[in-house]
Amino acid sequence: MDLYEYQARDLFEKHNVPVLQGAVATTADQAHDAAAKMGGKVVVKAQVKVGGRGKAGGVKLAVDANDAKEKAGAILGMDIKGHTVHKVMIAQAAPIVDEYYVSILLDRSNRTFLVMASVAGGMDIEEVAHTAPEKLAKVPVSAVDGISLAKATEIVTQAQFPADVAAQVADVLVKLWETFQSEDATLVEVNPLVKTEDGRVVALDGKVTLDESADFRQPDHEALVDHDSTNALEAAAKEKGLNYVKLDNGQVGIIGNGAGLVMSTLDVVAYAGEKFGGMRPANFLDIGGGASAQVMADGLSIILGDSDVKSVLVNVFGGITACDAVANGIVQALELLGPKATKPIVVRLDGNNVIEGRAILSAANHPLVEQAQTMDGAASRAAELAAK
Amino acid sequence: MSIFINSASKIIVQGMTGSEGTKHTRRMLASGSKVVGGVTPGKGGQSVDIDGTSLPVFNTVAEAMTATGANVSVVFVPPKFAKAAVIDAIDAKMPLVVVITEGIPVHDSAFFYAYSLQKGTTQIIGPNCPGLISPEQSNVGIIPADITKRGPIGLVSKSGTLTYQMMYELRDIGFSTAVGIGGDPVIGTTHIDCLRAFQDDPETTAIVMIGEIGGDAEERAAAFISEYVTKPVVGYVAGFTAPEGKTMGHAGAIVSGSSGTAQAKKDALEAAGVKVGQTPSETAQLMRDILGR
Repeated sequence: MDLYEYQARDLFEKHNVPVLQGAVATTADQAHDAAAKMGGKVVVKAQVKVGGRGKAGGVKLAVDANDAKEKAGAILGMDIKGHTVHKVMIAQAAPIVDEYYVSILLDRSNRTFLVMASVAGGMDIEEVAHTAPEKLAKVPVSAVDGISLAKATEIVTQAQFPADVAAQVADVLVKLWETFQSEDATLVEVNPLVKTEDGRVVALDGKVTLDESADFRQPDHEALVDHDSTNALEAAAKEKGLNYVKLDNGQVGIIGNGAGLVMSTLDVVAYAGEKFGGMRPANFLDIGGGASAQVMADGLSIILGDSDVKSVLVNVFGGITACDAVANGIVQALELLGPKATKPIVVRLDGNNVIEGRAILSAANHPLVEQAQTMDGAASRAAELAAK
Repeated sequence: MSIFINSASKIIVQGMTGSEGTKHTRRMLASGSKVVGGVTPGKGGQSVDIDGTSLPVFNTVAEAMTATGANVSVVFVPPKFAKAAVIDAIDAKMPLVVVITEGIPVHDSAFFYAYSLQKGTTQIIGPNCPGLISPEQSNVGIIPADITKRGPIGLVSKSGTLTYQMMYELRDIGFSTAVGIGGDPVIGTTHIDCLRAFQDDPETTAIVMIGEIGGDAEERAAAFISEYVTKPVVGYVAGFTAPEGKTMGHAGAIVSGSSGTAQAKKDALEAAGVKVGQTPSETAQLMRDILGR
């Protein structure tokens, strides 16, 4: 889960990473009050989970509270690269003399954590990595050892931070590590980390990504979920414990078991759909190992509730799951759904107990259900039905 | 021959007394695997009866190894306790630890992977994987044993169900070993580790490699194939239609910006001389063409 800037700021503050005052506002009046409370100049910053907001006019300096109200009014509701601005952050303005970059992230390629640090902050770090790689220090950090002050000092030296800020930056790195580890983050990034006129080192803007697998031990993270911007179907699926992702511009609803097989099913449908006017998969839905009737009914009802869906493909390989149990699940799910089931459903079963499973579906003889013998054949038929 | 496990493998089950652990211990035993005991902290000294086989339960992996001579551990412990279980196995110098558990926080898997490197005596497979099977020899994890038989194909895959699907497509030919390496961002055994082992395994004559979006493991594997693997390899990559920034079921299956795309992986594999199928069935056919069967 990616956090908004203001949420990242709050997490930093919680772990004693130096930050400036900041408050979130959803209306121009709230922006006014927050700015008035801070006093002096403030920066009004659009809260969107996409880069390039500054260029898009989503960050404005305001001289006082009334100006902040006006600027917030202009920014709220803006569209930035397809993201509507629902919130702004009111941040204390500070005279900046230098900008740096630091981050800690999961380095998948090397299966370790990685610190990146640079005195060339404030710009796109991938560009720095590309154009001036010597200005970006990359230091692997073992999950066992973490970042001690000694390690942080080594990183700061390697990145050639000026002597007058080196100790402060090292301290920031240690605290960012505490944030990264104790919050189960996979990314904490500060860009820019700034030196202010009075010589302080402060995190001015931050990005944090949290690992949702750790939710069981991070009860505070639930409050950070952005329910407003979650797709309604995805929210309904999540409530039922289903692993569902809505896809744009699709017509074929997909249900399958196992993440890899479902991903593959989406691809196979897209290939098959090319022959039928470009039919595409409408969703990802993995019902997992034990496809009970209830899980199948929940899955079908989510997919049939998607007005984009014109046909449904159920693709199950019975590994541990037995195909007869899946077939019974489909039959019972259709009984549970009754008249709410209105779209043709192509079912491909293979593997464990496949003969029994196919026989159950044949015997039920449901008018919406037809069977296919292979995955490729099923995808083709589902695409054909969607195009009708 | 086979890779990583064979008929001499002696297996203990960490979390055997839990419902998943018991269920899959039964299935492993039924497929002929030598399961010799289990580990559940606090339940040492008890035993579990599975279809007439009485299996001893130990408090620690070290005790279980001393008493049974086990050389493989399979972990069915829930995410909350998985890190401690794997560390227990590493501390005991268990040679091979297969972590089936899905949903382990990445800080925990990064920790136990780094810890295993420091100790240098344990190979981890997974987490979030179906395990591995050398048909008619040994089966460690949850892969159904009755899909196929022993044969010349080596299979390595991030996905469980695609492993089953591919084993089924090529069931008449058979497999030396099929390894599900798992769909998490940090895993202990990679495509490369399996490719190297298959290349060095005399029983394996051809290799199927199944990848999916996220990370750059397939690209690295492609480079490795170019420099090391002389046996024929066919490939399949899932996730061409996955949108950027969405996690597709597996925690590691996510396209970030322009990295981790299926197209990049396919291109890298093809550049290394790997024939890549558009669908699992087409991939199986490519393997048949190579083997002439």
